[in-house]
Amino acid sequence: MDNRSFYNEILTDHNLRPGHKHALADANMELRGVNPSCGDDITLRLRVEDGVIRDGAYTGDGCAISQASADMMLDLIVGRSVEEAMRLSEIFLRMIKGKVTPAELDELEEAAALIDVSHMPARVKCAVLGWHTMETLLNGEEQE
Amino acid sequence: MNIASVRADFPLIAAYGEIAYLDNAATAQKPRAVLEAERRFYEESNANPLRGLYALSQRATDVYENARESVRAFINASSTEEIIFTRNASESLNLAACSWSQAFLREGDEVLVTVLEHHSNMLPWQQAAKRAGAVLKFLESDERGVITETAFRAALSDKTKLVAMTQISNVLGVENDIKRFAAIAHEHGAAFVCDGAQSVPHIRVDVQALDVDFLAFSGHKMCGPMGIGVLYGKKKWLKKMPPFLFGGEMIEYVTRESATWAELPHKFEAGTVNAAGAAGLAAAIDYYNALGFDAITAREEELSRVAMEALTAVPHLRLLGSADWREHHGIFTFTVDDVHPHDIAAILDGDGVCVRAGHHCAQPLMQYLRTPSTVRASLAFYNTEEEIGRLAESLSRVRERMGYGQ
Repeated sequence: MDNRSFYNEILTDHNLRPGHKHALADANMELRGVNPSCGDDITLRLRVEDGVIRDGAYTGDGCAISQASADMMLDLIVGRSVEEAMRLSEIFLRMIKGKVTPAELDELEEAAALIDVSHMPARVKCAVLGWHTMETLLNGEEQE
Repeated sequence: MNIASVRADFPLIAAYGEIAYLDNAATAQKPRAVLEAERRFYEESNANPLRGLYALSQRATDVYENARESVRAFINASSTEEIIFTRNASESLNLAACSWSQAFLREGDEVLVTVLEHHSNMLPWQQAAKRAGAVLKFLESDERGVITETAFRAALSDKTKLVAMTQISNVLGVENDIKRFAAIAHEHGAAFVCDGAQSVPHIRVDVQALDVDFLAFSGHKMCGPMGIGVLYGKKKWLKKMPPFLFGGEMIEYVTRESATWAELPHKFEAGTVNAAGAAGLAAAIDYYNALGFDAITAREEELSRVAMEALTAVPHLRLLGSADWREHHGIFTFTVDDVHPHDIAAILDGDGVCVRAGHHCAQPLMQYLRTPSTVRASLAFYNTEEEIGRLAESLSRVRERMGYGQ
């Protein structure tokens, strides 16, 4: 595909000027996510209180897709309930598989800019790294 | 070499002119003659080789064994008994490591590998050393990827039983002086294994002149089919090594409790062999011979010179290894400031340029060079100056596309 449109301004802006790429001193949850084959490596930190994600941040290295996707995700989920974050994550992962409705796409806000990853199988694991890490982290809490 | 006519020999290149295929170190494209040889085997000679007593099976056997003779002549081995067909260089090196180590590696012995090795010429030795209670030692290179004779001699000891070294690095393109290193290893009584995956397709390799004990290479990197590779081994070792895989057509006599093994090389070729793949590899060798190895090497050197000039002119590009094109053998590994290699490869793909990004199955080398991930463009004789121009042009726009200024 022509990735002139894929590496769009939304993606490059989140990669170059991430809003959530920093430490989070008062985080109460933390999980590292790694793609061993390509080396994307992030650590996701959340502050979750009363079932609501009050704040979130990440640190790490990786390709623009992995880093921007984590940043977009945090834009979307900070301030929402854990339940809501999980629902949006499920929509995001379905978008990457190419099975999403226009209404659902609207709900993903800027993260919808990654829809073309559904045509780039090699980059799927980059795009979903942050989201999988969040799901594992939040599922872990529910089990406790 | 008439490049237009050479390119017309490759159906994929002819069909997809918009693709600049610059990932030849991963696998090469296939000329029509190779595809036809595989097809012809199935259409005209298909039977299980080495078994049947009927004429058709004999024909299949002849195709397979003639291919072995082609390989023998290609690398100048002294006997076809020393040519073992495998799936690829990785399997060849696993065979050598498992089988040789079982016979000759003991507790406290040392195996020496270099930091340049592809995982395929490191992990089999790492695991074989572990099983034997032997020690795996690493030989470091300098920052250009050069292994010096002084460093090599210093790393050898009277405990060194085997040295495993690549002839051409799949990351830096640098060539080791295998003949010299093999001679020094032999002075110390150590066997010498050469990984020829990146060298056999690009420079003339003569196993007797190099005097290596083993040489491994893949067919698919030299325009042959996937699924056929070669292990050359000196008879004096192969005779004393136990089989690697057990099964059909590698036995002499079998009882419920024991077995004796077939003669070389069949001792190491258990099960139904890849006769069509061998036929394809023989056709690839014929293709190389028709073009002439000197012409191939000269063409690839010229492309290396052009590539070095083009890449060093790209702003913010950092090339790994030597600044001299003569030391690259068509392999150029680099980074572009601030842009992740996977994003670079994706942007190049958008411009129809195929390159590899990642750690190139050489993580110890990448750690040593302190570069977790890089981009690699690798050339073959059928590439063109125009394709290299497209690579450089696309690379020079990568930062801008990713939102950086010029």
